[in-house]
Amino acid sequence: AEMDDGTELSLTIAQIVQRLKGSHLHSQIERQAKECLHQPEIKLESLKEDVQLPPSHPSAPPEHLKEPLAYMRKAQASWEKRVLKSLNSMSTELEVPLARMRPAVEQKELTNKWNEMGTDEPDLSRFRPVYAPKDFLEVLIGLRNPNHDSSEDVSIKSHWGLIQVPLNVRDIPQLRRAYSELNLTSGQLGIDDHAHIHPGIYQKFTYISFVVEQDSAAAQQYSRQGCPTGLRADLWALILNSTNQPQDVMHYEQLMAGVIQHDLLVDNLIYKDVKLTASNDDYYFVFEDFLYQVLLCFSRDTAVLEHFKYNSATPPRSYIQGETINLLWTGVIPFHGFSMYVAPLCFLYNEPSKLYSVFREMYIRYFFRLHSISSSPSGIVSLCLQFERLLQTHLPQLFYHLRQIGAQPLRIAFKWMVRGFSGYLSTDQLLLLWDRILGYDSLEVVAVLAAAVFAFRAENLMEVTSLASAEVGSCIIIMPIVLCGSFFKS
Amino acid sequence: MSDSADDIKPVSCTIKPPVYLQIGDTKTDPSHSGVCVVDVTLPFGKPVNIEEITFKNYYTAYVTVRLLRRSPGQEVPAKWSTTLRDLPLMDNPHTEGGSQDYFSIHRTQMQVEPDHVVSVRLILRQPSFAWLTFSLEDIRIFPHMEPDPEKEVSDWLSDLTLVDQHPDLEGLPDPQTVSSSIQQMWALTEVMQTNQTTASIGRFDVDGCYDINLLSLT
Repeated sequence: AEMDDGTELSLTIAQIVQRLKGSHLHSQIERQAKECLHQPEIKLESLKEDVQLPPSHPSAPPEHLKEPLAYMRKAQASWEKRVLKSLNSMSTELEVPLARMRPAVEQKELTNKWNEMGTDEPDLSRFRPVYAPKDFLEVLIGLRNPNHDSSEDVSIKSHWGLIQVPLNVRDIPQLRRAYSELNLTSGQLGIDDHAHIHPGIYQKFTYISFVVEQDSAAAQQYSRQGCPTGLRADLWALILNSTNQPQDVMHYEQLMAGVIQHDLLVDNLIYKDVKLTASNDDYYFVFEDFLYQVLLCFSRDTAVLEHFKYNSATPPRSYIQGETINLLWTGVIPFHGFSMYVAPLCFLYNEPSKLYSVFREMYIRYFFRLHSISSSPSGIVSLCLQFERLLQTHLPQLFYHLRQIGAQPLRIAFKWMVRGFSGYLSTDQLLLLWDRILGYDSLEVVAVLAAAVFAFRAENLMEVTSLASAEVGSCIIIMPIVLCGSFFKS
Repeated sequence: MSDSADDIKPVSCTIKPPVYLQIGDTKTDPSHSGVCVVDVTLPFGKPVNIEEITFKNYYTAYVTVRLLRRSPGQEVPAKWSTTLRDLPLMDNPHTEGGSQDYFSIHRTQMQVEPDHVVSVRLILRQPSFAWLTFSLEDIRIFPHMEPDPEKEVSDWLSDLTLVDQHPDLEGLPDPQTVSSSIQQMWALTEVMQTNQTTASIGRFDVDGCYDINLLSLT
């Protein structure tokens, strides 16, 4: 009898959830829930009891919720320590404090040139990026599970790649099922437009119904086949539940005030990164000022920290006069290329607070997983492993050849994946890719695309004789989604 | 609804060291069969009615739970029965998913009523060659408590199913717009309140000083 009550209750709850999903109330509840998490009385550890959920399993400690595997937590902690140590050394060597209050004169100056920080040419020659993607790759290559038996005679499948942790990644048949909307027989926006399939009217109707109804779930489903250029900004904002309400604008202005009032060492790293990457890019150099405005504020947005309960990373702390304090700093250290996460969004949003809001959501849902060590299926470790597995399974000759010439495929593809392909695809292509990241709520498509690129270039790559020429042979990609689709077919 | 596990203390029991079954001559060539048995004996003379069994996994793929039960009063000897067979703990025995997760087996999931239990036997299976070892950690057994006669959750849920009724709104503004604008105003007041208590960067500096030269590395 107890069993029946349980299942009846679950059914009722499932029905209610089903009816709620896709309604305006659902997005409102989601927003309210997010806001509630900011309240000091709500602690994530006790949230289960507070909400009176039936006991399913014992409340696992918070670090387990962030990352269930102990060795991954350890690896992330030691990587963080290394990076922070590097930052500390930089601060000491260059005699620049990690954080300081700006004097009034400086504050006034900065306020005046807030909208044209790009015209500034500060001397950044002393600053070097704290790390580059290839440094991070070395850490991932060194990841080992202490309980994993990797002796040769025991391994069931000899893995040719660099990633040595046995995470579960999907194979082609599973991917084909999960990404059915990408199969070559369904129309894809941005690719099939020229085939005289007129999207117009149907798209306009669906757009009206999503945006007017504020149906976030439907917008997400829609995004799987690509968003029309004119509607993308609104659709993404809807999917990410990112609004531009007065409290969001106020929050952004508070962050701006924070930037004016105090200076972080990390600011110099941001300047340097923007100058080195986005400013040199043909597509993004025009947005230089926006990038500073977003990234400097993002650096200081400690509200972001509270969402990091599910990020294996931990925010850094410091001391003032003997007291431990939390820093007015998210702790995100921009690596070389970090600003490329923001750059493509500048094409969609021209209002700084809106641009900021969307970037922040994208970061705390997706981008952070590309540069932290975790076992998440969207985490960079899984993506790397998936890329290697796909390649080894479907292009074994190519993989073998590249290995022989000392050009492990991951060494070429890693930098594409870490940036979500930003800077390696033309913007219109990139935005189509990011449509799918939002549509499927997963970064998996990035790994599939990386493998598809190799498949596309297989003939050329079979003839290269060094890593350098392999790098050249695999750049400039066209129509990424078609590549993914055809990869699924093979 | 039963109380959360935190309110009830686990039963003190003896967890015997795991016994890994071996194939072949243990002296010359011990190869793991991928099967391990963990016996958990409950205090002698005090059979327990089990509410749930909780544990932390360490690379075990499947667990089977057997119970030794002795019916009270009768002179019948205690009997072993299987109450849960091959519960999967890992999605794929060869890969990490579920390998270090926390689990709980509730009495409602058991095929045999876990009452008057004298001993629990957990049979762990890990068929994959990928792992050096496998086990379960932090095994706890929670006793069944009689639930308080409180209002069932389903009662107040059914009160909510009046969703489809549209109240008569003559001359009154639409409740949805009113509620959303009130929510916006409320959110603004909340923001103002938080602004008050945490005066700009006041809580991040010490006596007006915010010169930071070293990050904590612990």
